[in-house]
Amino acid sequence: MQGLVPAATDGNMATEFHNLQELRHSASLANKVFIQRDYSEGTTCRFQTKFPSELESRIERTLFEDTVKTLNNYYAEAEKIGGQSYLEGCLACATAYLIFLCMETRYEKVLKKIAKYIQEQNEKIYAPRGLLITDPIERGMRVVSFFAV
Amino acid sequence: MKNCEYQQIDPRALSVLPSSAQNHTEKKAQRPRRKWEVFPGKNRFFCDGRIILARQNGVLPLTLSLIIVTCGLFFAFDCPFLVKHLTVFIPVIGGVLFVFVVLSLLRTSFTDPGILPRATPDEAADVEKQIDTSGSSTYRPPPRTKEILINQQVVKLKYCFTCKTFRPPRTSHCSLCDNCVERFDHHCPWVGNCVGKRNYRFFYSFIISLSFLTSFIFGCVITHITLRTQAGKTIVQAIQESPARYPFLELVVCFFSIWSILGLSGFHTYLVASNLTTNEDIKGSWSSKRGAEDSGNPYTYNSIITNCCATLCGPMPPSLIDRRGFLPHDEAIPAVSASEIELPPFTAKNDAHMVG
Repeated sequence: MQGLVPAATDGNMATEFHNLQELRHSASLANKVFIQRDYSEGTTCRFQTKFPSELESRIERTLFEDTVKTLNNYYAEAEKIGGQSYLEGCLACATAYLIFLCMETRYEKVLKKIAKYIQEQNEKIYAPRGLLITDPIERGMRVVSFFAV
Repeated sequence: MKNCEYQQIDPRALSVLPSSAQNHTEKKAQRPRRKWEVFPGKNRFFCDGRIILARQNGVLPLTLSLIIVTCGLFFAFDCPFLVKHLTVFIPVIGGVLFVFVVLSLLRTSFTDPGILPRATPDEAADVEKQIDTSGSSTYRPPPRTKEILINQQVVKLKYCFTCKTFRPPRTSHCSLCDNCVERFDHHCPWVGNCVGKRNYRFFYSFIISLSFLTSFIFGCVITHITLRTQAGKTIVQAIQESPARYPFLELVVCFFSIWSILGLSGFHTYLVASNLTTNEDIKGSWSSKRGAEDSGNPYTYNSIITNCCATLCGPMPPSLIDRRGFLPHDEAIPAVSASEIELPPFTAKNDAHMVG
């Protein structure tokens, strides 16, 4: 999360983000919808794409499904077991895991991409409709929460 | 479990009260606090949240001192003799193994094993709302299990009363640390921490390298004593002669630890190859001996190599508990109070659900 006090020269984007933060703090229970995890393919991180009834009047089904499916794809990319992850694992083992002190793991890189994507979605699609999404990492990857502002 | 008594969460008590927020502002205005300072589990934190340990870590110093003392004796007493009579590579190999063992051990002990943060009150109330849809006024605790399909196999998810959430598959609640840990293997007192998803590979490399180290030291000490006896003395004379006395101590330590460590390494190699956890193996969750149900392990890739690679060389998941993050600043909310913000339309709709 970026700082809560925006720089004066940053213009609209920072002020908008600051507003998003304020609005987030003031949300209460009644305004939240939680999308739970989908474990049908094992323990990999996936969220259910079933459209919740509470959001029916707020957002189009296709937009919601697109967002959740893109998030699922990002997580699948982060957790993919393939050549790059083996290389990372073996390199880490060979350096007695000291390499994690200087290098960012692939998962962390993808998490940054996800955070950027969620912010972008919030600004372009959800805030105009009076909704906000929280990044699942802030909820221990248990839920994607939508709340009304 | 101590916290088994379930307390229902009253959704109406959860709305943010501006007056209480302002009280907190005054108290917390002095210093921004990090999240580890208010962590609810039984863990200890060092270096401002960078290092995490279980509260009871009494045996970790013992493990470390056993390793360091044995290796110290090895380098002090065996190496000079063996370098003279055999090769200079002996202390080099010993040194590399020792460094690897200590680093793996510290990495296992100080890494977050995959602790799941507890559910926020909002989420917990949402879960309750979904379960208790009958709307009866008499309170009853939510059902403890939920069944889901994983790879066409039925798996039961249990509800954790402490963390107030349905545990993901392969997650278990450690009563010693009072946390739910993902892919929970076991709580290791020697390491002073739980072994779970994030530190299983470090634990595995620790026991494998420790097996090599103990076998190596054992072999070197035997060689040392043998070489001394070849100089025309009996074994007893060779041992009594200082400095060969100390290698005998190493021999004893290595002899007793080799059996347990080699056994443990073998057991964990089997677990890695079949993509099981110690917890599942002990409970016999996927054992085909239980009844006529077709219960194989739904997480296995059905190939030893893929299982090993997935468990040990898979991607490194991030820590979910954000130890060093700062607690939300209540003072960061400026003069905007709740009364100025319009009540959003959601409230009306959901109130109707709650009242029924």
